[in-house]
Parts: sequence; structure tokens; C-alpha cells
Amino acid sequence: MDKVKEFKVVNKSVDKIDSMQLALGKPSFVADLVPEDALIIKMLGSPHSHARITSIDTSAAEAMPGVHCVLCHENSPRHLHLTAGQGYPEPSPYDTAVFDYKVRHVGDRVAAVAAETAEIAEAALEKIEVEYEVLEPVLSIEEALRDGSPVIHDEPDVSHPLPVPFQPEKNIVSEVGMKEGDLDHEMETADYTFDHFYETPYAQHVPIETHVSFAYLDAADRVVIVTSTQVPFHCRRIVAQALGMDVKKFRVIKPRIGGGFGSKQEMLLEDVCALMALRTRRCCFWQLTREENFRYGRTRHPINFRLRTAMTAEGVLTGIGMEAVCNTGAYGGHGLPVVGCCGSKVLPLYRWKHIDFDAKVVYTNLPVGGAYRGFGATQAYFALESQLDEMGHAIGMDPVEMRLKNHIQEGEGSPVFAALGEGKAGVEMTIGSCGLSECIKLGAEEIGWGRRTLPEEKTGRYRRGLGLATLMQGSSIPEIDMGAASIKMNEDGSFNLLFGATDLGTGADTVLAQIAAEELGTTVDMMLVYACDTDLTPFDVGAYASSTTYLSGEAVRKAAAKVKAQILGVAAEMMNKPIDELTVRDANVVAADGSEVTFSAVAVYSLYERNQFQIMDVASHITHKSPPPFSAHYVDVVVDTFTGKVKVEKYVAAIDCGTAINPKLAEGQTEGAVMNGVSYAICEEYLFDSKGRMTNANMQDYHIHSLRDKPKIKTILVPSYEDTGPFGAKSVSEISINGAAPAIGNAIFNATGARLRRFPFTPERVWRAIREQSTVPSPSPEAVLSI
Amino acid sequence: MSVEKAIRIQLNGESREFNVTAGESLLALLRRSGLTGTKRGCEDGACGSCTVIMDGAAVNACITFAFQAHEREVWTIESIGEYDDPSPLQKAMVEEAGVQCGFCIPGIVMSVKALLDEIPNPTHEQILENLDGNYCRCTGYEKIEDALHRTIAETSGEEPQWTR
Repeated sequence: MDKVKEFKVVNKSVDKIDSMQLALGKPSFVADLVPEDALIIKMLGSPHSHARITSIDTSAAEAMPGVHCVLCHENSPRHLHLTAGQGYPEPSPYDTAVFDYKVRHVGDRVAAVAAETAEIAEAALEKIEVEYEVLEPVLSIEEALRDGSPVIHDEPDVSHPLPVPFQPEKNIVSEVGMKEGDLDHEMETADYTFDHFYETPYAQHVPIETHVSFAYLDAADRVVIVTSTQVPFHCRRIVAQALGMDVKKFRVIKPRIGGGFGSKQEMLLEDVCALMALRTRRCCFWQLTREENFRYGRTRHPINFRLRTAMTAEGVLTGIGMEAVCNTGAYGGHGLPVVGCCGSKVLPLYRWKHIDFDAKVVYTNLPVGGAYRGFGATQAYFALESQLDEMGHAIGMDPVEMRLKNHIQEGEGSPVFAALGEGKAGVEMTIGSCGLSECIKLGAEEIGWGRRTLPEEKTGRYRRGLGLATLMQGSSIPEIDMGAASIKMNEDGSFNLLFGATDLGTGADTVLAQIAAEELGTTVDMMLVYACDTDLTPFDVGAYASSTTYLSGEAVRKAAAKVKAQILGVAAEMMNKPIDELTVRDANVVAADGSEVTFSAVAVYSLYERNQFQIMDVASHITHKSPPPFSAHYVDVVVDTFTGKVKVEKYVAAIDCGTAINPKLAEGQTEGAVMNGVSYAICEEYLFDSKGRMTNANMQDYHIHSLRDKPKIKTILVPSYEDTGPFGAKSVSEISINGAAPAIGNAIFNATGARLRRFPFTPERVWRAIREQSTVPSPSPEAVLSI
Repeated sequence: MSVEKAIRIQLNGESREFNVTAGESLLALLRRSGLTGTKRGCEDGACGSCTVIMDGAAVNACITFAFQAHEREVWTIESIGEYDDPSPLQKAMVEEAGVQCGFCIPGIVMSVKALLDEIPNPTHEQILENLDGNYCRCTGYEKIEDALHRTIAETSGEEPQWTR
């Protein structure tokens, strides 16, 4: 706490710089910017989970008036690539063609049409004659790993850019693991041991804006792609790779994004838009329908866990064995990094001496897993924090005490950090800032933890339960991710701030402007932010891995420091004073004697008066740590034991994100993640028929929580200071989606004595668990009839 | 091509004529007419990002046929506020950080306007009823509720009937 500093711009809740534009409904998103004469692209999606295309006849579609181009595997380039946007070379397989002769999940690409209108394009799709050899589908992890199971990626050109155990002939995308100490021995000798299985469901980000892109050729014959992407630079690289063309041929522009949450860390439409534009020389626009967004868009990877844990009679955690099998669906996507984060973002939270981590990623003929806020940690925290609750209960130890006793502290490390990276070893790290104990204490106070009673003490139909989960995440991928920024000064003392980082609605543009303004000694309204355009803005890996504030923010701070030095240099010349007597304050350069010149005067001097040059600089940043934010989540729920319905009444999230660069936006990140997590825990789940076809691919049947479903959410920002982050900041965006499932599961146990090891906690699932596991009496027929 | 028919809409205070096909949604018509503030989210009447006000009621433009707006009064987000004169709700949304990605905000602004035009100081239940059909995936609705509470206090001149 004593490290917390006073700032002028940082740690202040300035208004989000693009929010008025958005509230007024100004044209801001990809679909708002499409030229009127653009051709409309529509896709023919596979009706089968697993099939080979034996013939495809597009001639009738091509002959239709108004149809300009039909693409399928027979007339598109084949350069296998990865659609997931990751650092290069990627820790994931090249297993995807622009169009393939095989389809691997319902909704997979078969063909696409570009036509004058959506109506014509849709009519043309119906004229495409496709014959399929339907293959046996692989619809579960167990089937994928069964001997003799159908091979999903049997194409001869499938490959992996990194030396990882990629075994497509066994439907295995990759494996990763680590060992520390001797867990097997610990499991035999410890005072208490636990061994349970957990499952997490298929779920989706459901951004309100579906995937959307358009592409056109500019006057210089280059392909300009305007797209809703979290990864503009990766997108440019992947499109070039997929089409077998040079990166220089493409320019990717990201306007405002209508929500991403990881779904748009993917090159999903842009290759087809670009190819259509090249073939037709017209602007080509493609937006997924909501149904396509569910079927063809990315999902949260379902992961099955076996979790073995050991502890002493005093509640000291000693050993953990996590086996995770991750279903990546039809393409490898983010499978390995996601399952790696089940270990790297989760196991270090407590001081285990004995660790076994063993994870596998498998292909199935189901929708494709992608990056989703929380990224593996979400799934693994459900297993870990549920089991921890059970361990405390077994010895009569309060869950709060259990966590305070065992969580990692400042100055401590974990063997996990060095062992687990992304497709390679990780980076050793000690914790530089940790406010978790304070989060746990403040959260307990806010939720009223003192009134918590044990399950056996409750009576009646409606039973109240309190639950807790503690969490950590990371901030950037150390020694892999890079962000860069440039700053240019204008004659009124304003600055153009350009970076490759991608604000997907989080407020990153505002936060980065605050960082620059703080360093430069000016105000946010003097920062003109532009991001992102691969022709103009410096490189950044994009919005993922909780990196933008911590990584890109430090690049911005460094660029601002370099520009500040140039400003001081010019001012020294103007004022005829030594540079080390000058400082910046309130958009002025101030000398030790109190004399000053304005930024505007400095800029005018540098542009027009003497020794003219452009005050401008660029800086890049990589990180050597991934400092975790920490959080304690508490819920207060009421379970209707007659119906199994769970109502979350209050949710408390106490979070240590270092310095909150913008406290209101940090709260907003937390509340949004919490609400998404609650919705995921209570009701979100892909449902499939026996052939692997999603049966609830619309927003009526796949419900996401509305205002009516919202509990009272209380966010508590617990300040700490991370020395390696810009002005002490760590990440905030992802961590808070991880708490709802375990905290609510623990609260259901506390209310009813029933332990659910699978969610969403639908009334049916909760009702069954109560009937099967607990002593809560069944309602009388009279009571049921009176409901 | 489908048959087109001329309709007349009193759109944002102006009488406008359009040629529409039988199946065209009001959302499609608005967007192709340059009124892109009304967003396309689900085309299923579920998400509310296409909310406009038709004859005083908030409707989902995605499941309203364009011809249903014939001879009716339609107001879109473009009629509400400007940079130099935002509506109280827009101003509160900005200042309370109710806007993250912002894709849902025009729909929410329109839904709330329809409600407050009719009931200046609604109960919390009336607000829930009104906004149940407007999804926001970014904010968790907390800051939106803050903005709403403040707006009701400002525009009704009364203490809201619910507390934050």
C-alpha cells in the first residue's frame, strides 16, 4: 500500500474517449462503414459433422444474374494455416484450408458466394450441388481417444510449426505437462486426499456484434481489409499465408469492435473477403448471422478434469495432480495454449510442494474452440476451487482461512511459471505484488461472511448459501508478446498516439491515452488516439492474454518518455537553460526558476522556427514477467430446493490489478466479466443432437443474462503496485470471469449439501444433485401443486 | 427480384418515401438508408440492439417489416442527441462508464427513452421489464444502471423509486 503513488491522469476515472461517439450511434463499426455498392458474401455451411466432399457443382450458382463469384475447394488456394491469432511460429497446428475437400463440423465452410444482394447470394447457395461421403463423426473426448476412432485430420499436408507432440492420426493436437516433487507418494501418505472428476461445457462469447469484415482493392491494387478483429497484425500475416501471397499486399484496418472477449482473436472471414475482392475487383462484405456465429464462430473449449489433491490435518495444501483433456473441436485453434493455462494460471495460486500436471488436447467433430476470456483458467478454477471448498469442509476449516493460509505471497515463486509456456518452457518469476489477502478479507466483510451457516443447519424450501473462490491470472505472455507505440506532436500541443493494440470495447484506447498523458504531463483530451491500421500503426500482438495495459501500456509510456525528452531538448534551446533543470507540468515545460514555455510553443518552435524537426518517437516493449492480478469472489445465492432454481442475489469481486489506470473502467471490466461468468455458470451451454448438430444456435434458446438476471455486484479495487507495469498496473480484464462457476457451485453446496461437478447449474441439474446427494427432503405433492 | 412497393414513414421527424420489398425488415431499410446507429445483433428479436421507437413504443426493427412502418412515426438513435447536445442518458452513460464496446447502447438509449417518455419515474420492476430485451455482454449492466438512476433523477426531478 505504501508504494501507491499520486498521479495526475492515471488512476483517475476519465471518460472513455470513444464513448460519446458510440452513445450517439455514429458510424463506428465495420458494418456501418461498408460502401453501398459492396457485394454480399454468404457461406454454405456443412450439414454434416464429418464428411468428404465427393463432388461439388457450382455452375448453376455462377450462372445466376447478380452472382459475381463462387468459391469452394476446387478454385481456392490451398496453404494450410491456423486461424487462431497467435505469436509466430504458433503453438498450434496448420490444419485449416481456405476451403477444404473435407468438412469437420456442422457449419464448417463448404462454399461461399459473392452477389449483388444477400437475397441473390442466398438463392445461389441453394443452387450449389454438393455430394458428400458421410463419415462416422467423433463427438466426444472419449470417442476421439478410442483406438480405431475415425481420424479427423487425415489430410497429408497437415503440419505443426513447433516441435510439440502433434499426433493427428490419434486425434491428438498436443500434450503438455510438468512434474514437481513426488505426488504419488504424497497421495499415499498425506493426512487427507481427494480425487474427483469435473466437466465444463461448450459455451460461447456471444458478442452482440457477430463476426464481420469487408475487403476491397485500393487504387494501388492492394487489398484493404476492414474487420472486427482483436489481432490486426496476426490477421494480416495469416491472410497472406492462407492465400499464398506477400504480407505487403494486405492492409488491415480495425474500427470499433462490437465485443470480442477472445472470439475475434481469430482470422475467420478475412481470407474469403480478400479472395473475393481479388477475384471480383469489388468490395466484398461478409457478416455472420447469429446462427452461423454459434456454429462457425469459436467457443470456450470444454475440458474434462481429474483433480487429485492432498493436505495435512491442519489444512496445509501439499499436493495437486491435474489431468486435463481439452476438446478443441474440429480445428486445433488455441487448444494447447488454453490447456497450458489450466496449469500456468491456476496451479501457482497455492504453495503445493508436489505437482503433477498432465494435459492433452483432442480433435472432435464439434464446434471449434477458441480464445475466450479466462482462457483455460476459467475451466480449471472450477475444478480447483470446488475441490478446495470440499477439502476445507472435510476438516471443518473455513474456506476463507483455508485460502489465507495457503495462497502465494509477494516474493514467492512457483516451479509452474518456468515449466509451462506456450508450446515451450515458460519464464521463471517471483510475485512482485499481491493484494490477495486483503481481497479475501474485504470481500468477506462486504458479503457478510460471518453469517454463513453450514448446510446441515438450514431448513425450508429456499436455502441460502455463501460461496467463495480465489483467483489469479497473468498479464501478457512473457518473452513472446510485443507491443509498440508511436507519438507525434502537433503545433497546438496535441499528440497523435498510434499503437497496434486493439481496444475491443475495454477502454484500452483511453487507458493508453492516460498513460501517455501522465508521462508527458498533459491531459487525455490532448491525445489523439488512432488504432489500429497495419499500414500506419506500429506492431502489436493484439488484444489477448491480458496484455494491453501491462505490455502495450509500457510501450506507450516508453514512447511518451522519449517524446518528453525531445520536448525538453527543444525547450532547453528556447529557454537557454540546461535540460536537467526542466520538467513538464500541465502541458508546459517548467524551469527550476519558475519560468515556463507551453507545449504549443515548443511544438511551433520545432516545426516552424529553428532547427526544425518533427517531435516524434516510437517505442516497443516485451515483458519478462506475467504478473498475476489476484481476486477473491464471493456469492450469496438462494436455492429453491423444490425446483432446483438458483438465484444469485449478491456478488462481490475484490480485485488487485495493481494501479487501476482508470478505476471506473477497471470496475467495468470486472463487472462485465463477473456477469458473463454468472451467465455461463447458471445457464449457458451448447446442446447437440446425436449427430453433433447444435440445437440451440440462436439467442432465444442460448440465453445470455439480461439486466433482470443480474445480481447486485460490488467491485472492490484493492490497490497494489507492480514495479514492472506502467505506473504500477497489472491486468484486469480476464480474471473476473473465472470466479462465478466455482463460487456459485460452492454456495449451492453451502445451501444444500449437494456438490455439482458439472455446470451450468440449471434447475434440472441442481434438482437432481439435491435429490441424489443431500438430505434435503423432497417436497410433498401438495407443496408441488401449490407452486 | 421481388416486387417493390412505395411506403411513407415519418422518420426522425421528416416524411420520407422508400421502396421496399415484402420481406425487408425495418432494420435493413434503416441501415441501407444510412441510419447505421440502429445495430444488427441477432435478427431474431432477442438482443435489442436494433431497438427503435415506432408510434411511441420501443420495437425490435429486425423483426418489424419495413412495410409495417408505413404511415407511422419512427424515431432512431440519430434523432437523439449530438456531440454538443447529448441526451441526459447519453451524457450519463459516458460519465458513468456505461459504454464499453457500445454496440448495444443505441438500443438501450431508445428502449429507455420509450419508457421514460411514458413513465418519467418508473419502478425498478418497470425498468427490468423495459430492458429485459436489451442484452449487453460487456458491462454487466452495473454502470448502465448507474447511468439510468442518475438520468431518472435528473429528468423527472424526483428521487428514483429504487436505490443504487
